[in-house]
Amino acid sequence: MGERKDPHVSEGKPKAVATRDAYGSALLELGGKREDVVVLDADLSGSTKTAKFAKTFPERFFNIGISEQDLVGTAGGLSLAGKVPFASTFAIFETGRAWEQIRQSVCYSHLNVKLVATHSGITVGEDGASHQALMDVALMRVLPGMTVIVPADGTETGQVIHAVAEYDGPVYVRLGRAKVPAIMPEDYRFRMGRGYTFHRGKDANIIAAGIMVSVALEAQQQLKAEGLDVGVVNMSTIKPLDEETLLRTAEASRLIVTAEEHSILGGLGSAVCEVLADAHPAIVKRIGVRDTFGRSGKPDELMKLYGLTAEEIVKTVKTYL
Amino acid sequence: MKAATVVKNAGALSLRAKEVRREIIRMLTEAESGHTGGSLSAADIVTVLYFYKMRHRPEDPLWKERDRFILSKGHAAPLLYAVLALSGYFDRTLLRTLRKVDSVLQGHPSSKMLQGIEVSTGSLGQGLSIANGVALGLRMDGLDSRVYCLLGDGELQEGQVWEAAMTAAHYCLDNLCAIVDNNGLQIDGFCCDVMKIEPVTDKWKAFGWNVFDIDGHDMEQIIAALDEAERVKGKPSVIVARTVKGKGVSFFEGKAEYHGMAPTKEEEEKALKELA
Repeated sequence: MGERKDPHVSEGKPKAVATRDAYGSALLELGGKREDVVVLDADLSGSTKTAKFAKTFPERFFNIGISEQDLVGTAGGLSLAGKVPFASTFAIFETGRAWEQIRQSVCYSHLNVKLVATHSGITVGEDGASHQALMDVALMRVLPGMTVIVPADGTETGQVIHAVAEYDGPVYVRLGRAKVPAIMPEDYRFRMGRGYTFHRGKDANIIAAGIMVSVALEAQQQLKAEGLDVGVVNMSTIKPLDEETLLRTAEASRLIVTAEEHSILGGLGSAVCEVLADAHPAIVKRIGVRDTFGRSGKPDELMKLYGLTAEEIVKTVKTYL
Repeated sequence: MKAATVVKNAGALSLRAKEVRREIIRMLTEAESGHTGGSLSAADIVTVLYFYKMRHRPEDPLWKERDRFILSKGHAAPLLYAVLALSGYFDRTLLRTLRKVDSVLQGHPSSKMLQGIEVSTGSLGQGLSIANGVALGLRMDGLDSRVYCLLGDGELQEGQVWEAAMTAAHYCLDNLCAIVDNNGLQIDGFCCDVMKIEPVTDKWKAFGWNVFDIDGHDMEQIIAALDEAERVKGKPSVIVARTVKGKGVSFFEGKAEYHGMAPTKEEEEKALKELA
């Protein structure tokens, strides 16, 4: 291979890219490197971006049609035959419709299946509540042996896809539809089960995942302008949670704010509370969708409507400091 | 490494099936719970698979070129444990530990606990999808191994079975053979009363499968169907095996209540006499 240009970098400056697009590119690269990688989709390959892989490696791509339970089971069978299957569809259908198949067929047998779902969270936008997965992390997190990863940007997504292909066991990777700013530093290297600390604050720390990491960084800048020292951690692996980083962060400041594009029930905020309640009681405030369904609208309108904004984080930090 | 013992004669296979049934009765009685009816109804089919048809090596359970058996009706675990033990995958004395708290013989098969089990099952409707995936993977690798998947007839009420039926036909999985243990009963009663599944053979035909309709207790018919299925190219095969729930023990036969009930000590004694 010759010199490869990172498709997410133009003239040295990273650009905003949807994590699903980064997934499509990473799969293509992975497919070229590894013969054992196979991809399955449930009639959404254009949206999940697995279509790129399908076009280049048609003999290793299986469209299962609109049948998510069969999608998960077939992926499980391919893993038993020694393949490394990536099974993709929208997050709510993959984790909701096929939850019990993931529990019984994949996790109970600890099969090497990579469930990479797109269209998670409220930023699905106009399609509305039926298509917005606000509880997928909760559903996957309770499964024994499951790893749950929510990448923050395109660069991290690419690294996550390569990392999970090397790992033997079931993984859920949560991706989005909307473009997200590139925020991870150039020298960042994703490690499964490790959070990335941008800065550790003395006044408060924000533990965020997915698109909320960039929102948290924005809030941090606003708070800095007001003289507050606030830290940000990208907790991209939600299970197993990086307890060491979390505990160190909680020791640094009295206030922890979690931020996720997910229900505040069962996701990152809950995971953080579980660890801190056991090991290092702290004041934790959770930013997320508050036990309600979403609705139609433009992604940025919905982010405002459900309080997933830098302003909301700033307000929360200042209220509970 | 030698392959599993192959029994070629239908009469000898019947004797082996009787032995399998005796083990099922003994282990269920000892366990004091478990699924009697559906383990006995499929005993002839699974005996023919393990002692005649399938290419497998009990000493090398992960042998790459083995044929695969997936027990989609996971509640027939006692049957699977019996044939695995008699094949030599593990010691027969282990059968006495079925369903005990320190045993690897779980109420429904757990692949992480016991070698010889391809995948954990028990929640119905999921095995055929897995069998499809295995069949696709084997074909990609150019292996001529075959995949067998045993389903219950009540299990056909699960929608995922028909999703998988479409997939197998769409991908022309002729290295796959499904077998339906068509004993006509499910926990709540007759399948035709609970939720009608007939016409079963027409359903599979309509989904693009090659269908065999046989007496699931006639060894010659089971052998012939399994052999013929291997010769059918371009589509998956299904054997609809007409069976009797509780087969082999007169007072269990055709009784829905013995779907999920183990024999008592007295019943065990009587049953073993009938199976002598």
